[in-house]
Amino acid sequence: MAGLLRPANGALTWDGAPITDDPEAHRARLRYVGHLNAIKPVLTTAENVTFFARLAGAGTADVERALAGFALTPLASVAGRLLSSGQRHRVALARLLAAPGDLWLLDEPTVGLDTASLAHLNEAIAAHRGTGGRVVVATHTPIEMTGSRILSLADFTNVGPVAAGPITGESDW
Amino acid sequence: MTAFFDIVARDLRLALRQRGDAAMVVLFFVLTALLFPFAIGPEPNLLTRLAAGIIWVTALLAVLLSLERLFLADYEDGSLELLVLSPVPLSLVVLAKVLAHWLSTGLPLIAAAPLIALFYNMEGDALPVLIAAMLLGTPSLSLIGAVGAALTLGARRGGVLVPLLVLPLYIPVLIFGIAAIDADLAGLSARPYLLFLGAIALFMLVIAPLAAAAALRQALE
Repeated sequence: MAGLLRPANGALTWDGAPITDDPEAHRARLRYVGHLNAIKPVLTTAENVTFFARLAGAGTADVERALAGFALTPLASVAGRLLSSGQRHRVALARLLAAPGDLWLLDEPTVGLDTASLAHLNEAIAAHRGTGGRVVVATHTPIEMTGSRILSLADFTNVGPVAAGPITGESDW
Repeated sequence: MTAFFDIVARDLRLALRQRGDAAMVVLFFVLTALLFPFAIGPEPNLLTRLAAGIIWVTALLAVLLSLERLFLADYEDGSLELLVLSPVPLSLVVLAKVLAHWLSTGLPLIAAAPLIALFYNMEGDALPVLIAAMLLGTPSLSLIGAVGAALTLGARRGGVLVPLLVLPLYIPVLIFGIAAIDADLAGLSARPYLLFLGAIALFMLVIAPLAAAAALRQALE
């Protein structure tokens, strides 16, 4: 869905148009948090977040709010190498809030999060969806998302209520 | 365009906070160049004649030493994934990283070159030609190196592969870089050789970012 891999079959479309038509537009609306946190040990927390926010074309206006959203404000000027793994993960998640994007792709975002941070994440996801944003989460632990579509990858079945969304994966599975 | 300079600024900041890496490259350059007189013998005429070749070869090896830094750290910590997924065109990202690499590796090497030229008793008017040749030649080294570094990402023992891939492509730069200085020492004009170095740099400026971007996409698949 990020466009890193070519689909083995079919096409990935956004509002009916294949994302390969305008990959840059797709990447502009995409915010991705994967297994790796992309944190530079010698940059401070704020710098680690700001760089990618600016790269996404968002400027630095939301960085403070994003850090506050994951309780990172006290750590803003701490170097990346001094952060614990949970804190690193929160920095990666804070990038979601620092640059607005329509589509969030979260790959196991709950791993290594404490209860308080998990609550922050749930709030952030709810707020994002509240403003019309879309979230795709790959997860082992359930996340509170009302009215979401759940795809079980064990047997490729829909196990949750189907919500209308403009992104559709057409394939033969 | 702001994104381009953001990436350059970030890579320079990283280089500045990890000064040891850049200093190592320059130190390697100077120390290796200083080994040759011990190996060849202290005959001044011979050393003066060999100076250009030794400076170029050691500079080339020093650049090679620094290439691994170019993408590997970003690849390992996931930054590269985010860079690829950012709206900035990937070839522009590559170009920004190459510029930062040149500023943090190529420029210090050029700054150290007069010191080595002095040790080898290089004639005074050959030095400006050497500097000009390095200014025109080292960007090509960074650009070609970026392609090699990108191609070997994700390969096991990629660090060993980079020299095999990159060194043959460095030969034209080496030839024209040394020919420029030899021509000047022989009393001929160094201009045509410098123009060739410039042409190589311009050619690589177009080709290398595209090739490296394609290689990076491949590495992340």
